[in-house]
Amino acid sequence: MSEALAAVGTAGTDTTVPAVPGARQFWRRLRQRRAALVAAVVVALLVLVALAAPLLTALEGQDPTTYHPTLIDSARGGVPIGSFGGVSADHWLGVEPQTGRDMFARLVYGARVSLGVSLGATLVQVLVGVAMGVAAGLGNRWVDLVLSRITDIFLSLPLMIMALALLAVVPDGFPRPVLVALILALVAGWSTMAKMVRAQTLALKNLDYVSASRLSGWSTWRTAVRELLPGLAAPVITYAALLVPSNISAEAALSFLGVGVKPPTPSWGQMLTSADVWYQAAPQYLLLPALALFVTVFAMTVLGDGVRVALDPRAASRLRVGTGRKREARARTAVAASAPQTVSKKEEGA
Amino acid sequence: MNGFPGFVLRRLAGALVTLFVLSVIIYVVFYVTPGNVAQITCGPRCSPAQVHQVAQQLHLDDPLYVRYWHFLQGVLVGQDYSTGTSVEHCAAPCLGQSYQTGREVTDIIWAKLPVSFSLVLGAMVIWLLLGVGTGVLSAWRRGRLSERVLTAVTLAGVATPVFVIGLVLMIVVCGELQLLPFPQYVNFTDDPEQWAWNLLLPWLSLALIEAAGFARLTRASMLETLAEDHIRTFRAYGVSERAVITRHALRGATASVIALNAVTVGSAVGGAVLTETLFGLPGIGQELVRAVKVVDLPVVVGMVLVTGFFVILANAVADVLYAAADRRVVLA
Repeated sequence: MSEALAAVGTAGTDTTVPAVPGARQFWRRLRQRRAALVAAVVVALLVLVALAAPLLTALEGQDPTTYHPTLIDSARGGVPIGSFGGVSADHWLGVEPQTGRDMFARLVYGARVSLGVSLGATLVQVLVGVAMGVAAGLGNRWVDLVLSRITDIFLSLPLMIMALALLAVVPDGFPRPVLVALILALVAGWSTMAKMVRAQTLALKNLDYVSASRLSGWSTWRTAVRELLPGLAAPVITYAALLVPSNISAEAALSFLGVGVKPPTPSWGQMLTSADVWYQAAPQYLLLPALALFVTVFAMTVLGDGVRVALDPRAASRLRVGTGRKREARARTAVAASAPQTVSKKEEGA
Repeated sequence: MNGFPGFVLRRLAGALVTLFVLSVIIYVVFYVTPGNVAQITCGPRCSPAQVHQVAQQLHLDDPLYVRYWHFLQGVLVGQDYSTGTSVEHCAAPCLGQSYQTGREVTDIIWAKLPVSFSLVLGAMVIWLLLGVGTGVLSAWRRGRLSERVLTAVTLAGVATPVFVIGLVLMIVVCGELQLLPFPQYVNFTDDPEQWAWNLLLPWLSLALIEAAGFARLTRASMLETLAEDHIRTFRAYGVSERAVITRHALRGATASVIALNAVTVGSAVGGAVLTETLFGLPGIGQELVRAVKVVDLPVVVGMVLVTGFFVILANAVADVLYAAADRRVVLA
């Protein structure tokens, strides 16, 4: 019922920043979408697997880095001995060609790298993006000009190229997964976030409750933290949820190219590098990491989409029945999501 | 200056400024790395004398702004290198010299560009047809089963990394079914037919990934147009659904599709790294991966600058095209 009331409440007032659903409403709307719910369960399982990686491999009795030369046929170029790439009670998903390392252990530890790097990168993207966006939105003309220009430059950096190039010049001593996460985060992602946060800040800053905070003499810092940030939460979470899958793909891509996470640390992308040579002799060596990658990114994307819809204040207007507005509301939601650039441009002009 | 020409000029000026700042950042990032820059640039097998010569050619003893100035001069008007005994001239867009391969960076890039362009432009045709087609179809069949299936498929397309799709396609089509040979780049000028056959799989892999974005955009902006009052009026007057979709709703989506296309082409020239590496196409991306692995700094810097140039140019073109199609943007 509160949803309907919220819809009525926001129906008449035409502010640029409509009311955002609270946490409880958010969960209810997310649960209503079956796809998002399934995706959330998958993601939760993946996170569990990543967290419990040492436990799971201990259960299997293997670890991701030990070579098993006895399990591969060196006469045939290192093909795993046995059916399905050497599946056995000791090696649940078989062993890697050439090295004989345990596939299950490498996949499970690969989840750690994949999720760790992508979530870490997303966190940095959110922090930098929100800081830059709020500063540009609240600062004076010059601060805004400089920060917006910097953001624009980072927007025009080709992600793969820059990440590749930067990874080449950083010395080897740096812990590789942290480095990959940092480079992914700082090259791309934060700039779009900053642009969106700036537009949102500009819209919020003239609302009465924010003006009231400023006029009653609170510092800019306090106004930003106490009044602005809560209003920014919904769009920031929405965008962050969409950043996670793209970070996962980017990490896998860099590792696939051989410049991301370095061996012996297992990574799904890295496992795929030489998989095409082995697909006939050991198909699971190609299929397992590819499947893991696909399922993870797909689940994250669907979940991100669900989060977006659940947090979209305009989705509430879907409850108004019978005037053809249902379709209209859905169309607007879709446009807002798929064309963030166009939308932010319009907001900027307003 | 006002109006459309003014907008175009302002946008291009902005692109120039961005390009300039980008070049400064890239120069500083790559030539102020920890370690001996001359040694890194020259490669591991260089003698001390060669390293010394490289240090002189890159003006490494000068302050940073002087070094950058020399670099910029090279790009704009060309540069002369003294190699000790003779003087070599490097013509106008001079991005320096790869000491590890002994070639000028511009030459390397020129040699690789046709491959990358062949890949991206061919893929573009496919992703436009496929993406816009899917978008129109799912906007038209909205709410039905076929739309839900299409939405799920495009979501899967967004979610799949290009090298996974490419790998699977290559193994199934070339390996198992043997419908096509494993791709091997053939110059268009040598044999157009072989060129197309060999690029078909790379095109498909790249296009399948990008088409998803176009499908979502087309569908969304068509639905937006379809919800407007004038469409209801058309329908009330008895205009057929086909005409409403193709003549009115699709037209509303054109501007954003054109803009997205310009941006995608720009980023794909650089972003084709994965496709090129996977299929072994000798384009910009593959060269970059090579240069990165052996830390061939001048090539890396040159590649980043050139691809950055394409992205910035494409963004400017996208904005101008968008404004040309929808003049309201100019007023903002």
